Amino acid sequence: MESDHRRRERLKALLESQRLAVLATHREGQPYGSLVSFVATEDMKQVLFATTRSTRKYENLTADARVALLIDNRSNQDSDIHEATAVTATGRAEEIEGSDKKRFLRLYLERHPYLRDFVNSPTCALLRVRVETYYLVNRFQEVTELHAEKWT
Amino acid sequence: MDLILALDQVRPEDIAGVGGKCLALARMLQNGFQVPETLCVSTKAYEAYVERNGLKERILLELHRKDFEDMRWEEIWDASLRIRNMFLTSPMPARLAQELGETIRSRFGTRPVVVRSSAPAEDSSRASFAGLHESFVNVQGVDSILDHVRKVWASLWSDAALLYRQELGLEVETSTMAVAIQEIVVGSCSGVAFGVNPNDPSQAVIESVYGLNQGLVDGAVEPDRWILDREKVEIVEHRAAARESRMAPCQEGVTKEPLPPELSQEAPLDSEQVFTLFRLTQDLEQLFGSPQDVEWTFREGRVFVLQSRPVTAGPGTQKGDQRSWYLSLRKSYENLKAMRAEIEQRLIPEMIEEAAILGKQDLASLADTELAGEIRRRTRIVEKWKDTYWTEFIPFAHGARLFGQIYNDNVRPSDPYQFVDLLSDSGMVSVERNRMLEALADRVRESPDLARRLRAGEELTDTGFADLLDRFIERFGALTTAPSSREKAGGSVVRLALEMASVPRSGEKTTAKHREGLEADFLAKFEGERRQEALELLDLARASYRLRDDDNIYLGRIEAQLETAAQLGKDRLETRGIGDREALPVEEIIASLMDPAHVPCPRAASAETEDTEDGGFFLRARQLIGQPAGPGISKGPARVILEPSDLLEFKSGEILVCDAVDPNMTFVIPLAGGVVERRGGMLIHGAIIAREYGLPCVTGVPEATRRIQSGDALTVDGYLGIVILGEDAEN
Repeated sequence: MESDHRRRERLKALLESQRLAVLATHREGQPYGSLVSFVATEDMKQVLFATTRSTRKYENLTADARVALLIDNRSNQDSDIHEATAVTATGRAEEIEGSDKKRFLRLYLERHPYLRDFVNSPTCALLRVRVETYYLVNRFQEVTELHAEKWT
Repeated sequence: MDLILALDQVRPEDIAGVGGKCLALARMLQNGFQVPETLCVSTKAYEAYVERNGLKERILLELHRKDFEDMRWEEIWDASLRIRNMFLTSPMPARLAQELGETIRSRFGTRPVVVRSSAPAEDSSRASFAGLHESFVNVQGVDSILDHVRKVWASLWSDAALLYRQELGLEVETSTMAVAIQEIVVGSCSGVAFGVNPNDPSQAVIESVYGLNQGLVDGAVEPDRWILDREKVEIVEHRAAARESRMAPCQEGVTKEPLPPELSQEAPLDSEQVFTLFRLTQDLEQLFGSPQDVEWTFREGRVFVLQSRPVTAGPGTQKGDQRSWYLSLRKSYENLKAMRAEIEQRLIPEMIEEAAILGKQDLASLADTELAGEIRRRTRIVEKWKDTYWTEFIPFAHGARLFGQIYNDNVRPSDPYQFVDLLSDSGMVSVERNRMLEALADRVRESPDLARRLRAGEELTDTGFADLLDRFIERFGALTTAPSSREKAGGSVVRLALEMASVPRSGEKTTAKHREGLEADFLAKFEGERRQEALELLDLARASYRLRDDDNIYLGRIEAQLETAAQLGKDRLETRGIGDREALPVEEIIASLMDPAHVPCPRAASAETEDTEDGGFFLRARQLIGQPAGPGISKGPARVILEPSDLLEFKSGEILVCDAVDPNMTFVIPLAGGVVERRGGMLIHGAIIAREYGLPCVTGVPEATRRIQSGDALTVDGYLGIVILGEDAEN
């Protein structure tokens, strides 16, 4: 059996290996999925992404901040079924403003330097999801939950 | 591969790392030819810089905004300028700068150098022509040299290189750039030598100028030219040049100076030197295995080879390939000055006079056949001025671009189009027209009684308004070319003034203070004589920018005279009972006037197909990509302009959506909330006028007028160059 520590390391490695996440939002019960370029903070408690304020996803999460993110390392092969790892993160999204923004922006651009013009546009919002739970799935059906409050 | 190498360290297998130019120099040095002292900054340095700054993906994002095939030349220039600015504003990583800097310092110290491109793809015989990438002559000191290395790197993505991307195999993933840093060899005379005349393989060609080679290469100084018979080793012809000037190093860079009179009497080369150079081309042909195109200079009787590459035909020799025409638009400052004089002193006055003479003609007294002849004559006049527009006015527009590049090099703004703010309010006719319209609207705002009378079509008691209206029509004519009579023209102006008066005065946004600040910041970058040059360039750029708008207004006045005659023709046909006159092309009006028995055929309906329905799903655009052409964001209902008359429906706060903003349409700009245009470019009329009024503007949106319909809720994001259809969270 894998140790808890090892699993947290594996989650971290997955978050660091991937650049894109599927963001799930909803509007009056209608789910909506979007691909976003993300980066997780060192402690994995926050996941950052950016969007312009004119998008449907921004509209949705403004109405209801509850969101999910799917991050995985599949390679579009049969072997994904047993090999791929996926994690679903649930939590609340909010726009980052004020004094925090500079720090988070630096973190985000270290991961995605080519998005500099995009995130620096006054029409673009930098958002964070404060992760409440990670659902880590591997070996096809093995599921582990990682709850934020138990990490510290 | 090292980041930076001396020529004697370069081996043949290093071609991919040092580029063709550096490898050729190394081979020449190693075979006993005299070449300038040179350091090669290898492609590894470019790659480290690009990697560290995340530039690869940024360039890819920029170049994938739309298909190259859908991009106009102006858009390619814009993309290239934005990429260039990425390089200008991305610093050299400290370790890289240190490593390169140490070698450069120990080799050259404070000696002036030339910084040249040496792209691995550039000097292959498949795509070898000058002017693709940049070179800088007379650069001094490590910091400045490293700064120019970045500019040379950026020129891997020059507009010329992007135009010839297929021939060059230009790919963001694999293309890279090496740089040669050479001591500057200031010879008494310099030139180029073609081992084989590209136009006649039995001959060789040698061209020479006094001073630096720069003048010959960029066309600023005319060379003496010798043609030799390769077989007999004889001079077949010597064509002497006027020999008026030469290029010499100045404080920084090079400058053109008058040639001392005693030199202008004498050819820069004697025949012995011509033969020396011919033998040089033969020796190099033997070394490299193919005829060479050699740049050389004579210093103290010794010939230095500056570079050598295979002889090839020039670019764009295929029929229908207009790229070389486009590149010829990149005029030098000297050329532009001459063009400005021609345009301002001759062409514009002629256009004004032409329109005035046509306007005074008494068309009503003409018989039908005479009127037909007059319509035909006016069609030809319009054609003539349209030709002038392409051959004279469009090339002159390059002045604003030349300025933009120099501004960005010196000021390094984060917005590569900041320079446009500095050029704006240079007294454009369309802005003047809009100010007069605002004055009319002001009177309506001040007087509810005037507004009521105008709406009801009652006689005006306010003679001030009537006078102003008369002056407006006198000066600018109708707002669109559609209304035929002065009465109708007045009606459309009044309607617009009423609409403008329904909202508070907006006015132009580029404030004088902002502009003065930019100007001071720009000029502060130059000292001494250079400041005067910068001021002159700014003046030229303002003229170029202003003219880009004004030429269309003047052309519009002449077109309006054709329209007036054609409209009179249509009116006469109406009395004959010919239906659907609006759709008649000019040729049909002429034919019907000439021959009463002629049955006119209306213009074929446009063949545009509606393909939104496909397999049970209908398509709707949600977010369209264009180019960011005016910063800001605004929301409002779309007003799609398909016909000039659509402009008269324009309501305050609407977003102007059109195929191409014609300066004759810009009177609605003070009412508009934003501008969306199918045609792309930052220095096109729509972008210029939008910027003048501080409106968000997105240009280069393919199918803008098809994907968007009047009344659609639009968000124009002028920062990112996107247009969003539909309501959003804030509504």
